[in-house]
Amino acid sequence: MRIGTPKEIYPGETRVAMTPASAAELQKLGYECLIEKGAGEASRFSDQDYKDAGVKIVTTAAALYKAADVVAKVRPPEDIEIKRLQTGQTLISFFYPAQNKELMDAANKKGAHVIAMDMVPRISRAQKMDALSSMANIAGYRAVTEAANSFGRFFTGQITAAGKVPPAKILVVGAGVAGLAAIGAAQSMGAMVYAFDVRPEVAEQIESMGAEFVFLEFEEEQQDGAETGGYAAPSSPIFREKQLEKFRELAPDMDIVITTALIPGRDAPKLWLEDMVAAMKPGSVVVDLAAERGGNCDLTVADEKIVTDNGVTIIGYTDLPARMAAQSSTLYANNIRHMMTDLTPNKDGKLKHDMKDDVIRGATATHKGKITFPPPPPKIQAIAVQKPKAPEKTAEEIKAEEAAATLKAGKQQTLLLIVGGLLMLFIGAYAPASFMQHFIVFVLSCFIGFQVIWNVSHALHTPLMAITNAISGIIILGALLQIGGHGFIVTVLAGVSILIATINIVGGFMVTRRMLQMFQKS
Amino acid sequence: MSAGIVTAAYIAASVLFILALGGLSNQEKAKRAVWFGIVGMAIAVFATIFGPQVGGWSYMLLIPLMGVGAFLGAVVAKRVEMTEMPQLVAALHSFVGLAAVFIGLNSDIVGTHGLVGAEVAIHEVEIFLGVFIGAITFTGSIIAYGKLAGKIDGKALILPGRHALNAGGAILSFILLTMYMGGSGSWTLYLMLIIAFAIGAHLVAAIGGADMPVVVSMLNSYSGWAAAATGFLLGNDLLIVTGALVGSSGAILSYIMCKAMNRSFISVILGGFGGPTGPAMEIEGEMVATDAATVAAQLDEASSVIIVPGYGMAVAQAQQSVSELTRRLRAKGKEVRFGIHPVAGRLPGHMNVLLAEAKVPYDIVLEMDEINDDFPETDVVMIIGSNDIVNPAAQEDPNSPIAGMPVLEVWKAKTVIVSKRGQGTGYSGIENPLFFKENTRMLYGDAKASLDQLLGLIT
Repeated sequence: MRIGTPKEIYPGETRVAMTPASAAELQKLGYECLIEKGAGEASRFSDQDYKDAGVKIVTTAAALYKAADVVAKVRPPEDIEIKRLQTGQTLISFFYPAQNKELMDAANKKGAHVIAMDMVPRISRAQKMDALSSMANIAGYRAVTEAANSFGRFFTGQITAAGKVPPAKILVVGAGVAGLAAIGAAQSMGAMVYAFDVRPEVAEQIESMGAEFVFLEFEEEQQDGAETGGYAAPSSPIFREKQLEKFRELAPDMDIVITTALIPGRDAPKLWLEDMVAAMKPGSVVVDLAAERGGNCDLTVADEKIVTDNGVTIIGYTDLPARMAAQSSTLYANNIRHMMTDLTPNKDGKLKHDMKDDVIRGATATHKGKITFPPPPPKIQAIAVQKPKAPEKTAEEIKAEEAAATLKAGKQQTLLLIVGGLLMLFIGAYAPASFMQHFIVFVLSCFIGFQVIWNVSHALHTPLMAITNAISGIIILGALLQIGGHGFIVTVLAGVSILIATINIVGGFMVTRRMLQMFQKS
Repeated sequence: MSAGIVTAAYIAASVLFILALGGLSNQEKAKRAVWFGIVGMAIAVFATIFGPQVGGWSYMLLIPLMGVGAFLGAVVAKRVEMTEMPQLVAALHSFVGLAAVFIGLNSDIVGTHGLVGAEVAIHEVEIFLGVFIGAITFTGSIIAYGKLAGKIDGKALILPGRHALNAGGAILSFILLTMYMGGSGSWTLYLMLIIAFAIGAHLVAAIGGADMPVVVSMLNSYSGWAAAATGFLLGNDLLIVTGALVGSSGAILSYIMCKAMNRSFISVILGGFGGPTGPAMEIEGEMVATDAATVAAQLDEASSVIIVPGYGMAVAQAQQSVSELTRRLRAKGKEVRFGIHPVAGRLPGHMNVLLAEAKVPYDIVLEMDEINDDFPETDVVMIIGSNDIVNPAAQEDPNSPIAGMPVLEVWKAKTVIVSKRGQGTGYSGIENPLFFKENTRMLYGDAKASLDQLLGLIT
């Protein structure tokens, strides 16, 4: 089958959904790759690079849509692109089906299968195709560099011959992927970073990135991120008041504020109000990563950088990932490539749209002429509520495996018992009774030995050898019984045996004791 | 003391021995378990000495002998270095083997009076078997001792037609047994003794250094069977019970070791690696050397560290330095753990004992299965003198001689630091692709010297 990537037509979009590197991987899956002429130029991938990677260059978008079985792109399709879709064609891109109902209907009418990259569930297995995370990571980083660009001072505190420079104080609101990336970038540039999030469980993540968690004294409502798949949910009015109060208190001190608060399927909450901006020092910067969805800051103007009357710069760019086109294209193309890997289980270049697969089901918006959005909740929760790890195998699989193993072991054991029993019978038929008495003792002891030794802890194998060694010195009994009488040679041999067996016993036990005394618990 | 009381004492001793072995299931109980063993042994020995079968002037002989033996045993046990444990265990095994041989010969000299019919035949088989197993244990252990102590070249000695030699020896011994039972005289027994000595020596000589843990536990098993055979010979149930316990314990240990190396027991016993089935995979990349300062910085930045020790640590006597490093890293709040492969070292559980000696707490020393899943989340893995047990070829290269052997998946960690003497291959002579991986850095030099250098940089 063929995968094609058109040039993005949304104004200012510089990313591309296929890179020469990802094309090489896709070809390994058995796909033929097509790309529209000049699609990668804005991301610094020339047509020649694609040609070298074995990608066929198609001159027009229309021809590409006609030739491709799978269309991979970045932005949700524009109307003209919807028109070009064909029945049975698969479209993979950001789609935001919750906000773009008409678009979804239109695509469905065309009979196209739509896989929305923004709907990939947040489970461990799907992380490699989580394009929202990979883009958010870039946005977070870029937000800091944009802020640094507009901020007239150093981030690090310095004491120089020319005077003392205080470190920049940065507040990050919303510690999702973008927020954490921003914390990391700001921290490594030397700023003092504070971070806030409504989900108390991310405090640990914030601290692990080296920032200080802004603690809100509030007991009533503790959001559990696990319920909402790791995303934040709207907070109660009282909570919101508390939160704003805290921000008001912080505003005069902060040099840079980066807001990343988003709630899935809603407009961005207003968190940085006009009066807070007014309270900030001149030269401060606010970067609003939620600008596309209305902004966290009252004064944000989407896609623009404005300066307020009191000299605060407010950056509302919505294309932060696109401003680092080469990086974001590479990561996005990899997300797409991983998605294709999951869609091509046999690596034969044939797409298998498995609606039973949690990840694929979750991301699919339309399939075979039906709208399949919203998807049913995933079987596995993104973040385990209590237990740290969810098992990969389902309970039935494990049960079946165990049953099979038990059956096999049972068969083996039965066989062993039968063979052993026959052997006993054979020996019993010929050996005298006195021998059989000893033999019973022997067999039972072997049995006990096997049972007991299996439980010995691995770490104690050396002490086990030493102690069995000491115990095997029991052979001294034989020598003791022989030493009296029976002539000179017998006595000498028995004497030597007693001597060396005693060395064995005493040495073995003492060494074992020495070893065991060394084992200490921390 | 009557025969009944002796038997009762033997029962008590048997129970105590079982408790002693069973008690080794965890470190805390183990300390008590040794006492069970000691008390059991004391009961058995005293009951025998003061029992009806020993008497008269033999006390004059056996008491000083036991005194001397106890003194020598104590001295050896006090003096031995923990790194020399494998040699000591092997040497002690040889004693049991030799004692079994002597007791068997004595029984032959004493003769078969008072026995009739099938009992005579069985008695003769028992003598033969006891001497045979004892002799193999004796020379096998001596060769193993020599190899472990470095007195004999550790490489496998491969004689032409070695399987035929062993089989021929065994068949010849069997013919001698039939002749012995036919009344041909004691010379058949002595000839068989010589053959068995040769088989034992040859068997162990043919097994290479890397398989030594299996050999030692196998000899452990043999020494048990020798004791059991002696028990049959003398009609002594305690000997039979104890011998069987020790024999099965050694057998299970050998089995565990073999499983850990993904090899069949037979192929280990017969010696050498199975021939490779095809050309080994080409290794890409190059070894990148590093220095102590870089490693110190990496450790300083890491939050989780796993140390994988191997025989090289034992050779360099580096366990104290490892322990000190662990202590300092832990004091800085880093998570430090140890990953122990079942066949690391030259003795089952060898690494655990060395680390315990250096006062590394045992609850951070984990088995392969417990720690293998944690490598991807680990910042730094330090490999100290281990090689085959961290060789990714076991999983990646189906033609590798160690293909399929379970290994510690250290290469999944963010950084792997390998402390190693030089660029050569390990004991088994297999190239290790781990050293060529991108995230691997080689810290060349003697393990102890390297670690001490590191300790100078980490405070």
